[in-house]
Amino acid sequence: MKPAPFDYHRPETLGEALDLLAELGPDARPLAGGQSLIPFMNFRLARPAALVDLNRVEGLAGIACDDEGLTVGAMTRQWDLEHSSETRARCPVLPAALRWVGHTATRARGTVGGSMAHADPAAELPVVAVALDAQMTVAGADGTTRSIPGGDFFLDHYTTALGPGDVLTEVRFPSLPASSGWGFEEFAFRSGDFAIASAAVTLESGDGIRPAARVVLGGVGTTPVRAREAELVLGHGEPTQATWCDAGEAAASEIDPLDDEIPAGYRRQIVANLVEKACANAWARRGGPNG
Amino acid sequence: MADRRSIEVTVNDETYRHEVPVRLLLSDYIRDYLRLTGTHVGCEQGVCGACTILFDGRPARSCLLLAVQADGARIETVESLSVDGTLSDIQLAFHENFGLQCGFCTPGILMNTTFFLGQNPNPTEDEIREDLAGHLCRCTGYQHIVDSIIAAADRRAAASDSA
Repeated sequence: MKPAPFDYHRPETLGEALDLLAELGPDARPLAGGQSLIPFMNFRLARPAALVDLNRVEGLAGIACDDEGLTVGAMTRQWDLEHSSETRARCPVLPAALRWVGHTATRARGTVGGSMAHADPAAELPVVAVALDAQMTVAGADGTTRSIPGGDFFLDHYTTALGPGDVLTEVRFPSLPASSGWGFEEFAFRSGDFAIASAAVTLESGDGIRPAARVVLGGVGTTPVRAREAELVLGHGEPTQATWCDAGEAAASEIDPLDDEIPAGYRRQIVANLVEKACANAWARRGGPNG
Repeated sequence: MADRRSIEVTVNDETYRHEVPVRLLLSDYIRDYLRLTGTHVGCEQGVCGACTILFDGRPARSCLLLAVQADGARIETVESLSVDGTLSDIQLAFHENFGLQCGFCTPGILMNTTFFLGQNPNPTEDEIREDLAGHLCRCTGYQHIVDSIIAAADRRAAASDSA
């Protein structure tokens, strides 16, 4: 239960961090909050030859807001994002999701970018990133910067569009339009446990008749999963209470969850229930503060 | 690159300097180098909460930090809570309300509660239970721990009312 030997580097600028990662090659890993990587190393599931500790890199942490949303530095602690008044005003789905992320002690250390880059299939922040169409800003080893949409970022379990030597530097979360509402629901056996399933829903009322919907599920596949059948159900006609139930059933039928210690049928039932609740909450929240 | 590194850490208001292996966990540094064995090591995967300390004023799992990362940091462990043998108000509340049995989980819970009550001086029972979810206790069933935290909050409220 101790990590295998590794070299440790502590750059102070992003340029130094990128140079180190380029020089050390693919066996080096960036270390953000370490709340997933260090347990993986303690279990020897991960044995990086070197760690490039990003905790002292200048300019990677902080929350900036404008009328269209939040720009969150990758090294911003989850606890800081959860408790920021800007987050509550502009992206209230974030604190609602963050309270499910681990515990106070892990959120106080764990980072927003670390959670995205780790890409645990049960994690909450990737689900929100896909639901809100977040943009990931990535600094590449060649000195370039590029932006990757949330929907293209998560490729497989623990696998993202980040290449060797890349560093995720910030995440842009757009605010929802005022005509929208959001819902976030999760089920875990204990507070702070990995999600059995989670659901993020955004509904835009538009003309009040055909809401544009986004339904994203966590914990049911190798990445956050868009429930497109459920989105179609929500996009048809004036919604009633039955619509939320139908959307939940559609989401439950279109997923293909693992049949492991949690039976697939059980996960489907949970998903149906979470989506139904998240839809009802999203509809009720339309016109609230920035959705 | 050297596999050892010099660090300077302030723990419970004392500054220490050591050369440590870079793969040394902070929990092991605190226990083995500083001999502050009040910080308990349970799972070494961030689940049990026994090794929780305050790192720059915030709760952290010391088993999920490297000792080298604490270079320049300010740390409080459970040994910081009592002053000259007088228990802190939270420790006293645990003592009076049977908030522990074997005591293995207690140091982590005390450190987390120190932060928690600072943020939320008047918590509901649900809030207390949600916060305690990050700490495994296999003796008490948690009821007496919840009672202890409520008692500590009440004692603080009474003290500030009479001040």
